[in-house]
Amino acid sequence: MADLFTAPEIDFVGLLPMLIVFVGGLVGCLVEGFAGRAQRYAVQVPLAVATLVLAFVALVVLAPDHQGITGAGTVALDGPAQLLQGLIVVLALLGMLVMAERLGGQQPDAFTQSGASAPGSAEEAYAGRLGATTTEVFPLTLLSVGGMMLFVSANDLLLLFIALEVLSLPLYILTGLARRRRLLSQEASLKYFLLGSFSSAFFLFGAVLLYGFAGSMRLDEIAAAISSTAGMDGLLVPGILLVAVGLLFKVGAVPFHAWTPDVYQGAPTPVTGFMAACTKVAAFGAMLRLFYVAVEGARLEWQPVVATVAALSMVVGAVLSVVQTDVKRILAYSSIAHAGFILTGLVSMDQAGISSTMFYLATYGFMTIPAFAIVALVRSSGTEATQIGQWSGLGRRAPWLSAGFTFLMLAFAGIPLTSGFTGKFAVFAAAISQGYAWLAVIGVLASAVTAYIYFALVVRMWLGDEAGDTQVAAPSLLTIFAIVAGVAVTLGLGIMPSPLLDLAQSTSVFLR
Amino acid sequence: MFVHDLSHGLVSSSYALAEAGGASAVHASEASGIAAVGWLMIALPLVGAALLLLGGRATDSWGPLLATALSWGSFVVGVAVVAQLLGAPAEERSLSVPLWDWIGVGDLSIAAGLLIDPLSMAFVMLITFVGSLIHVYSLGYMEHDPDKRRFFAYLNLFVASMLILVLADSYVLLFVGWEGVGLASYLLIGFWNWNPPYAAAANKAFIVNRIGDFGLIIGMGLMLTTFGALDFATVHGNAGQAAELTLTLIGLALLLGACGKSAQFPLQSWLGDAMAGPTPVSALIHAATMVTAGVYLVARSQAIYDLTPDARLAVAVVGTITLVYGAIVGCAKDDIKKALAASTMSQIGYMMLGVGLGPVGYTFAIFHLLTHGFFKAGMFLGAGSVMHAMKDTVDMRRFGALGRKIPITWLTFGAGWLAIIGFPLLSGWWSKDLIIEAAFVGEGWRPWVFGGAALIAAGITAFYMSRLFFMTFHGKARWEDDVHPHEAPLTMTVPMMILAVGSVALGAALWPTGIFESWMEPVFGHAVHHEPVIPVLAIQVAVFVLMLIGVGLAWKMYVADEVPVEAPRGNALTRAARKDLYQDEANDAFFVHPVTSLARTAIEADADVVHGALAGGTTAGVSGLASALRRAQNGFVRSYALTMLLGVVAILGAVWVMQ
Repeated sequence: MADLFTAPEIDFVGLLPMLIVFVGGLVGCLVEGFAGRAQRYAVQVPLAVATLVLAFVALVVLAPDHQGITGAGTVALDGPAQLLQGLIVVLALLGMLVMAERLGGQQPDAFTQSGASAPGSAEEAYAGRLGATTTEVFPLTLLSVGGMMLFVSANDLLLLFIALEVLSLPLYILTGLARRRRLLSQEASLKYFLLGSFSSAFFLFGAVLLYGFAGSMRLDEIAAAISSTAGMDGLLVPGILLVAVGLLFKVGAVPFHAWTPDVYQGAPTPVTGFMAACTKVAAFGAMLRLFYVAVEGARLEWQPVVATVAALSMVVGAVLSVVQTDVKRILAYSSIAHAGFILTGLVSMDQAGISSTMFYLATYGFMTIPAFAIVALVRSSGTEATQIGQWSGLGRRAPWLSAGFTFLMLAFAGIPLTSGFTGKFAVFAAAISQGYAWLAVIGVLASAVTAYIYFALVVRMWLGDEAGDTQVAAPSLLTIFAIVAGVAVTLGLGIMPSPLLDLAQSTSVFLR
Repeated sequence: MFVHDLSHGLVSSSYALAEAGGASAVHASEASGIAAVGWLMIALPLVGAALLLLGGRATDSWGPLLATALSWGSFVVGVAVVAQLLGAPAEERSLSVPLWDWIGVGDLSIAAGLLIDPLSMAFVMLITFVGSLIHVYSLGYMEHDPDKRRFFAYLNLFVASMLILVLADSYVLLFVGWEGVGLASYLLIGFWNWNPPYAAAANKAFIVNRIGDFGLIIGMGLMLTTFGALDFATVHGNAGQAAELTLTLIGLALLLGACGKSAQFPLQSWLGDAMAGPTPVSALIHAATMVTAGVYLVARSQAIYDLTPDARLAVAVVGTITLVYGAIVGCAKDDIKKALAASTMSQIGYMMLGVGLGPVGYTFAIFHLLTHGFFKAGMFLGAGSVMHAMKDTVDMRRFGALGRKIPITWLTFGAGWLAIIGFPLLSGWWSKDLIIEAAFVGEGWRPWVFGGAALIAAGITAFYMSRLFFMTFHGKARWEDDVHPHEAPLTMTVPMMILAVGSVALGAALWPTGIFESWMEPVFGHAVHHEPVIPVLAIQVAVFVLMLIGVGLAWKMYVADEVPVEAPRGNALTRAARKDLYQDEANDAFFVHPVTSLARTAIEADADVVHGALAGGTTAGVSGLASALRRAQNGFVRSYALTMLLGVVAILGAVWVMQ
């Protein structure tokens, strides 16, 4: 009986970066409970920033020496996991800075003062008079970031599911906390929650089928079972595809994209930026691990499906972006198209596929957060002006901001000397080398279509007549830093992509 | 604009980083000594452009001087590099300066680096010397322009881009410079963009050049698939193993690129309009340097053209057509700058013909490019001085008898005029006669067509350049009433004098002494001299006689006879030539109208879509698909869930069916 249960070896030092983030989030919850209303912002923001910085430092210091599978085979600390964890932490840091923007007020500007009250109710007005703040967004974000970090290193379907929920639940709440247009925000939150639960159910069902096939939830054991078991495709293939559906939902790939525009539009803009950048990194990280580690042996079954989803995402995302009249929805559809571009790299199933996917995730993250940060600054009569008509002539009113946004649009469109070009180049090259030239062709055409709407927006900003009452709020250093950092990385990766490409290449080996 | 400047700024700083790190890869003939810091040539003007553009009004007072100094600094570094090369044995004059690993994806690895060899350094000398002189000239010419800081920033940007273009060691980096000069040219043509026709001219140059760039991109794509690399060493080293058809296609694609940049037929239409830019710009970009980039591209790609006679023949044909075309157009233009532009087109046609002739012509073409850079830049600066004297009038019918009023301009311009018409012993005589003689080498129809065209066009050149010179400086004064011609300040006349000295003496200094030929020998090999189909002496005499006839005819028509102030109607050919032989009309009919009607359709569709009026019959293409898809995005969470469910069912169903 003695050897029935042995305590698993857990490499706590290797897990330290994640632990730091989780502990930071929990301490943040305590701060919410015990610190006075006036002090919370001053405590929460430094705490959150310090947590992320500390986690990043720990990651950089510890990562090389603490690779391996730990936690009874459920957590893999390997190159892709650690690289993507680092990316998530850095992007989250930028996103956090944008969330902390107060625009001269007393509380974070994008968030409501009382999330639980009905919009327009007496409670809401009372919270406003009281000077309430919604600083719980910081611990919530930290918990979500912890879930994302776990997500990319989870080597077990069950842990993957738990991490999925840990990262998603705070996001559902964050989505509903917009200060302005609260009904839209709450509606988005509810939609995101319902559809997210729906997709989680698919994920769970798929995990059960895979367990039935392999007798284990662990990805490496599923891989072993695929090579040794024959004739149980009825469990295996639906299992893979249903698990994939859960992940494809998170990245907003067609046909699981329907939530994306509504949620991106409704959520507080800084949250949208954070969500777009970090969730994509996390979900694609998990997808890479699932496809490359667990079910590579069955690739002939799922590769055509993923390729089709990639093509559909690019086409639908690009085409629908063209008819949008709201900047946030344009960016939402562009994120759908970008999910397709990333899938193009992922589907190529070789090392270049892994490294180009990770590289693209970095480029996309660093251009998305500043783009949404800029959107949050353009105002009209106190609320965000997201109609493209309201952006007309912005170039004359705020030349630097508009120049930054123009550059980011060029990057979204994939113009050379921006990271958007190098990223697309990397994923398309990987796809072509593995016989997916047709996907690359669709990708190039889709980029051309999306370029239209980006340029239309840019032309309107610089050449259109000035829209009457549109103003640009004066951002604090927090937002300026996030925007400048994002633009600089976008430019840097466009001119000198090699260092990051090399890093992605050298870390693109999964431990099994 | 901001983006480009910023990126250029960063490029320059990364040069410094790459060098400071010292981590560059080791190459066989890696540069040492001053050549190892050859990137300074590019970095200096680039820093100038960045400082002036980002520095804003604070740099207004000293910015132009700084830009000029940095351009001269670049020239000094260039001279030092040339001195170092001269000190080395001939076979060791090709040096590489690795900078940094630029793009590395999978098996593709593109490094950014410089190639310093006699060909690139010949261009560097021309670009930095003439470029710096024109900086000096602009100090005077643009003195009263409120925006001259921006002008000098663009000039510096241009010099840096042009140096990237000629110093690049790969087609990719060359393309960066290629686009950079295109951008600088666009900005400078449209410098006075408050004037709508000027802005339109800038756009025209930009768009026509995009067609050429398209060719260059296709060429690079072909090289990438054929050789798997884009650096000169690999591509040229392995050219022998590629199929001839591939090489021909590459050669034609590169030729298309060259035609766009060098204003060669059929992409020549932009050059005349580009004269809307300030005159120093016309001298630097549209006479001496940028427009010769196409010649450089073909000369640099000689390893490819050596193996594909068809593409090379195409180069020669394009050159021949353009040299005749430019000469004919030049005869009819009354706008002094446009006449000079037509002449530039024609002279570059000579260079294209030269490089299209193969090994017999390369050295001659590059030599003509150098001498032409001097005398044409000098004449453009002279034209600027004339405009300065005549209240910005460009109509030569309003000039006349200016020789006495502005004697320095008259003298310097006269030197350029004698050089370009091929007056014996002057620069143009050495270089152009060599090309004409080489054009007569060969067998079959080619020597007669190429040589004959080059010969006759030389006579026409003498006519239209003399026409220009006489109408401007001689005959009766036909000035408007309130014009009082006066000589330009020294900052303008000194560069003109220096260029005039070059127009007179550069040819004699470099050719009969053998300096230029031996300098180019490591690049183009020792040219075997072939005998033309008619004796060299006969050609020289014929050129001389035709020149005399041309000058005499011009004297008769524009000095002895009265020049009417209003242009006479003229015959059909004159009228056609005035309108650039209907090039714009042809472009309109074949390209502009189809495209604009397409664009109009698109704009209408756009207007309908963007303003939400999808009813208006625009359900085709993207917008139709979009509106159909948009119906699914109705905001109801239940339909979203249904979409997801249908997606899952479709996926599982498809997989089930396939199994």
